[in-house]
Amino acid sequence: MEQVLQALVTIAIGVGGCAFWYWASNTVLDTVYPARGPNAGSNINKANLIRPWLFVGPAVVILAAYLIYPVINTLYRSFMDKTSSNFVGTSNYSWLLADGKFHESMLNQFLWLLVVPALATFFGLLAAQLTDRIRWGNFGKSLIFMPMAISFVGAGVIWKFVYANTEGSQIGLLNAVVQAFGGDPQHWLQLPFWNNILLMVVLVWIQAGFAMVILSAALRGIPEDTIEAAIIDGANPFQIFFKIKIPQIASTIGVVWTTITITVLKVFDIVYVMTNGEWGTQVLANMMYDLLFDQSDYGRGSAVAIVIMILVLPIMWWNVRNARKELR
Amino acid sequence: MANLKLTNVEKAYGDVKVLKNINLDIKQGELIVFVGPSGCGKSTLLRMIGGLETITSGTLEIGGQRMNDVPPAQRGIAMVFQSYALYPHMTVRDNMSFALKIAKKSASEIDTAVKRAAEILQLTPYLDRLPKALSGGQRQRVAIGRAIVRDPQVYLFDEPLSNLDAALRVATRIEIAQLKEKMPNSTMIYVTHDQVEAMTLASRIVVLTVGQGIGQVGTPLELYERPENEFVAQFIGSPSMNLLDGEVTETGAQTTVKLASGGVARSAVPTQASDKGMKVRVGIRPEDFVATTGEAAFTGEVDITEALGELTQIYFRQGGDKGTIIAKMPGIHSNLRHNKVSLTADPKKVHLFHNGKSLLYR
Ligand SMILES: Nc1ncnc2c1ncn2[C@@H]1O[C@H](COP(=O)(O)OP(=O)(O)OP(=O)(O)O)[C@@H](O)[C@H]1O
Ligand SMILES: [Mg+2]
Repeated sequence: MEQVLQALVTIAIGVGGCAFWYWASNTVLDTVYPARGPNAGSNINKANLIRPWLFVGPAVVILAAYLIYPVINTLYRSFMDKTSSNFVGTSNYSWLLADGKFHESMLNQFLWLLVVPALATFFGLLAAQLTDRIRWGNFGKSLIFMPMAISFVGAGVIWKFVYANTEGSQIGLLNAVVQAFGGDPQHWLQLPFWNNILLMVVLVWIQAGFAMVILSAALRGIPEDTIEAAIIDGANPFQIFFKIKIPQIASTIGVVWTTITITVLKVFDIVYVMTNGEWGTQVLANMMYDLLFDQSDYGRGSAVAIVIMILVLPIMWWNVRNARKELR
Repeated sequence: MANLKLTNVEKAYGDVKVLKNINLDIKQGELIVFVGPSGCGKSTLLRMIGGLETITSGTLEIGGQRMNDVPPAQRGIAMVFQSYALYPHMTVRDNMSFALKIAKKSASEIDTAVKRAAEILQLTPYLDRLPKALSGGQRQRVAIGRAIVRDPQVYLFDEPLSNLDAALRVATRIEIAQLKEKMPNSTMIYVTHDQVEAMTLASRIVVLTVGQGIGQVGTPLELYERPENEFVAQFIGSPSMNLLDGEVTETGAQTTVKLASGGVARSAVPTQASDKGMKVRVGIRPEDFVATTGEAAFTGEVDITEALGELTQIYFRQGGDKGTIIAKMPGIHSNLRHNKVSLTADPKKVHLFHNGKSLLYR
């Protein structure tokens, strides 16, 4: 009860504080540069230049503090030892380069990057196109979109049941299917290499819905008459899809692809819940977690974090630039 | 052999019949213009010919072959859309060659066709540009070029000029007229809202009514001089023909009509003795009024004058008539406002309608 009260008070102070800030800073600005008198015109212009900074300024400052400080701190720690007490130069990085588990993580990460964005975008596009014209299309879309609402941890748990292999009565869905066809049950999550693919399936299942929603909107944005022109030009449905539709939504496909790529680079929960990186399924984010929180090795953990950041940055940059271009 | 024939064509969306009783016989080389009020189904009819809409009933023949169920690409037609519908991701060259590539034509054949079309339309310098780097007029020419390269039997144009500004519209209209001259054997069907386009381009005009089928088919001058019914009479010409209620008083080679306002109008439309007493509507185009000092059929006080430079449009009302009469007088007559005018008209230019139908076509 006390906690609820505390939360309510915090919210009241927060929201009230924001409202007060907007009101007060605006009032001050209007007093300094009043929109009347002989300089009304230039005052309005000046005030308009300053007002955005007053309004978004606090948010920018807070965001910067929460984003930039951790980056600098992580970078600093990656050059320090396990407890961040002594400078160790680049030895954390050279340890990483020699570590077998890190090699495994990089290789798996690469696999994830290759498979998940491609499959999720592909299935998303397929679903978007196929559900477009049918009567129960919207129902189908909701079904495909639904996994988006499940947390990665939840999804991991669900799929762990799918891949489970139990003695006695079988509770693993996949094994039940295999057995129904007369096959032998498997410890799916321990099958080398394939277990990676099975983990990826979970993320594809989640992200295909996202891809579908965005691409479906893009497909609807294609001018109908370009498609009619193509019909008159004699194009068949495949040619229309690949030569007229896909090129027109290429930049959206790019944005979807890169957005999923960034998610993939950060993938952690699914691996943590389902295998915790055992049996050759380690990925970077899980390795970082393992080093940081299980082994309390801040130096090496931070070094992995920096590697992840370096991998994400260029994609992020490309994505933002592309999204901006789209807006213009 | 590109005769195009529509027999009893109908289009229904659910229970709503948008088009019915469409019968048309179009000869090779004609330029047919569809006009009609907004929503009357011009685009729908054109799209049915093109194969983008199904034909609810009736038959469409092109070159003597039934085309109802033939896919658009095999009908020998090409369509130019109002919004150009260029493929935004392809260069002008690729836009024009798309259909030929789909048809698996050889590279040299495609090249020749594109070059020829580009030359006709003066697009050669722009062949490697994307549509977004072209002006509206150039885009429209690319859209036409895309049709030309396919060398179709029938060209379908759906308001191709309506997205262009007034000056460009005139220029492109003339280009289309010249294009038609260069391709005397191609049949063209052209939908427009613009009377001038219809009058200048058409070899024949088809006036469509809302839900009542075709109003009249004829050459531009036929429609202007001898409209079959009040709808066509009012649709062709701007401002519309004035229609005044009256009653036939004298018949013969010339007909005399006593107007509801009390004036007496004479028309060169012949009537028989039995027509005496018939309720008719007298139709006079605004440009057919002439000022007179003698016996005036139409008199009234002017409400509004609109001086357009070469002529002045005057709006006046005569007692007993319901609506306002519009007349065009050559020159500038702003001084007529709130003054009385006395007008008459050449009997040859006075139309008579009974129950909406012209007495010329009995
Ligand atoms: N898919 C459809 N479903 C139901 N009614 C339709 C459909 N498409 C068109 N219509 C109706 O058919 C009629 C004719 O439409 P059409 O677009 O052919 O008119 P139009 O003569 O080209 O008009 P405009 O001059 O404004 O272009 C309209 O009343 C329209 O509402
Ligand atoms: Mg239309």
